[in-house]
Amino acid sequence: MILTKEQQAILDGEKGEVLAKVMKTMVMYGDAFGAEKLVPITSKYNHLVTSFGLKVMSPVYDLMQTLLDAGVASGQKFSVDPRPLDKNVPASFLQNFVFNKFMYTKQDFYEKQLAELGLLDENAFSCTCYMDEMGNKPEKGEVLSWAESSAVVYANSVLGARCNRNSGIIDIMGSIVGYVPYFGLLTDEGRRTTWIVRVNTTKKPEAQLLGSAIGMQVMEDVPYVVGLDKWLGTELDDAACSYLKDFGAATASNGAVGLYHIANLTPEAVELGESLIAEGAREYVIDDAELERVQREYPVMWKNPDATPKLCFVGCPHLSLEQLKDWTDKIEASLAANGKKKVTVPTVLTAAPKVLEAFRATEYATRLTATGVVTSYICPLMYMNNPLCKKMPVITSSNKLRTYTSARYYTDAEILSAITGGKNA
Amino acid sequence: MKLFQGRVITPGEVTAEAVVTTQGFNTLASLQMALQFGDKEVKCGDQNNPELHGKPLIGRALCLPQTIGSTTGGLVLYCACAMKKNPACLLFSGPIDSLAAAGAVLADVWVDGVSMPVVDSLGEEFLSYVKDGMKVTVRDGGIVEVE
Repeated sequence: MILTKEQQAILDGEKGEVLAKVMKTMVMYGDAFGAEKLVPITSKYNHLVTSFGLKVMSPVYDLMQTLLDAGVASGQKFSVDPRPLDKNVPASFLQNFVFNKFMYTKQDFYEKQLAELGLLDENAFSCTCYMDEMGNKPEKGEVLSWAESSAVVYANSVLGARCNRNSGIIDIMGSIVGYVPYFGLLTDEGRRTTWIVRVNTTKKPEAQLLGSAIGMQVMEDVPYVVGLDKWLGTELDDAACSYLKDFGAATASNGAVGLYHIANLTPEAVELGESLIAEGAREYVIDDAELERVQREYPVMWKNPDATPKLCFVGCPHLSLEQLKDWTDKIEASLAANGKKKVTVPTVLTAAPKVLEAFRATEYATRLTATGVVTSYICPLMYMNNPLCKKMPVITSSNKLRTYTSARYYTDAEILSAITGGKNA
Repeated sequence: MKLFQGRVITPGEVTAEAVVTTQGFNTLASLQMALQFGDKEVKCGDQNNPELHGKPLIGRALCLPQTIGSTTGGLVLYCACAMKKNPACLLFSGPIDSLAAAGAVLADVWVDGVSMPVVDSLGEEFLSYVKDGMKVTVRDGGIVEVE
């Protein structure tokens, strides 16, 4: 890798041993991909994936403290993934004991570290930092040092920013030195596609199911999706952006997708069209039967597959304001149709703190509360990452949550029926 | 016995028993619960990976095509190394992915006293040849011996 004089000086230790190690990390990271240079980060804000003060992650907090003690914190402020705990979310006495006394004992300590390292503000905790309400929305072409797979794939695909699928810690180290290695999704070549995905379904495909199918098929490659504009239209409006948020999260967690193009919809597909498709690109056709196969083959991890659901999470990644309103309408209508007033399964809708604040300012909030549904800023994944939840029959419409936990996946329609006492509940 | 030539990501020499996945290795799903709840064998917790689910990973030569999933993957791998609960080595059939590379580099630069050699680009034949329980030796220069 060819470094500038300034970068070489940092690597040589002229600005201290710790900063030299940070630079060494970024150079070695780039060398693994044949990167020939480091390029400046141009986004206003960064986004970190590590939001949780898990006792087991002590080596991470030790490393953060090393950075703080050396005075090398980044000047670039950042948002971070959701908090793992919220008293509003139903939990047993035992769960609360495990969360507070065993698992997340480092939460307060780590949040103080985050504040010192440059956290935007105390509400900057969400995997959907790019929501208008959250204010960390990069521009097309900006170079990022973000982590959080769902945010990276959204920033690349829907916003047209440029970011590799960086790991936690690499995210902040890039920001500290102000540079990231130039490879992969930062390059024009790395943003070309090697898969053409043809969506031939007879109805609008479930976002998180379609994303799962594509992620499992293409893994880390860049898919070019044809036929989805038939269902989403050709404008990146609220509905399309919410759909792509959920779709992308599933491609990234069920596979390792960092960028997708949707023909006639996402910015680079609109601008460059099929010239994005590399020679010899493979093809994957998705029809109704293929989506049914994918859903059917998800393993059921519940001890008793016929158990009655004890909890439902919707909102991984966090819901948009429009999605919160939409769920409110649907839950109310479905409860009324089923002759019920309250949801029959404890249900939590999760969204970013500032999205929830905006939601609470609408008349929808009172209506949703009346159905018995709880809203939270929590990370459902962090809530469920413990052996107690493994035994708990939790349902979700998040394919990311399904992938990492024992939660069972259902489509939005199936979830709606299940929580409102419908026929298929 | 068969030799494979790969590319060194992080150096080191080690001999260990192979554990093999032909599908992507989801680092968070595989390691987090085991690390969090003190599983001494660090058994793989990824329910979506039938080849590895429930198998011990600590001290094993983990043979894989790539890692997938959450971008916490690299720091989870880093933590596993810092806690000395890591695989003995990571051996990739194809080019390494960004999350695994991050974990390998972070461990190499920031963790003292732990060696986890990482070699990539060993070729498709490597992953079809190596089987669970085989003895794998990583030598200098990215040479991997399987017997």
